[in-house]
Amino acid sequence: MSISVKFFARLREQVGQGDVSLDSARDVQDAWQQASNGMAMPDNTLCAVNMEYVDHHTEVKDGDEVAFFPPVTGGCHGL
Amino acid sequence: MACEIRETPFDPWQETQQYQQAHLEDGKYGATASFVGTMRDFNQGDDVSSMHLEHYPGMTERHLQKICDEASARWELLDCLIIHRVGEILPNQPIVLTVVWSAHRKEAFEACRYLMEELKTRAPFWKKEGLGDGHRWVDKNTPG
Repeated sequence: MSISVKFFARLREQVGQGDVSLDSARDVQDAWQQASNGMAMPDNTLCAVNMEYVDHHTEVKDGDEVAFFPPVTGGCHGL
Repeated sequence: MACEIRETPFDPWQETQQYQQAHLEDGKYGATASFVGTMRDFNQGDDVSSMHLEHYPGMTERHLQKICDEASARWELLDCLIIHRVGEILPNQPIVLTVVWSAHRKEAFEACRYLMEELKTRAPFWKKEGLGDGHRWVDKNTPG
């Protein structure tokens, strides 16, 4: 088993990869540090574990899918 | 109740009619409220030639369904439908459709607005605009 880490949208481009596999991680923040190639987490980053929104301190277990992404911008167009 | 992600253009009026015919019982619904979000060819003073809409497969569908479930718990609804585009979108193409059917207008209006506002803040979608000289991520949505 392992932990799957996903980056979406601008964060994927900044980190340079969309999918990273980790052997283990203590929590969401630790998963970011291991998977992000040393990049600091932007303040407005949203986090999900197994497709549910969580905060940065949420514990991560073997087999979990951890995702990081910028604020969402769906729906009708633009600002 | 249905929440769908589409990779190709859709006709919101045809979708509404087809869904209504297939899922709503004649004589029971007195109010149908719908919202269609369409791509513009301008934003923040710039011409926008195309847009790429990214989503998180699995999580996006799950959260659209949750939003529909919440609306159904909060208002007395007969049915609701959400269709959202992903992939390459061109100006004048629909991005999103939300429709609510209920017996009375108050529930339909309020729930339709709820679906759109919650979708914009919780469903994982991200827009990247194509401009004449490159691309830019849309950083945030504005309130209603």
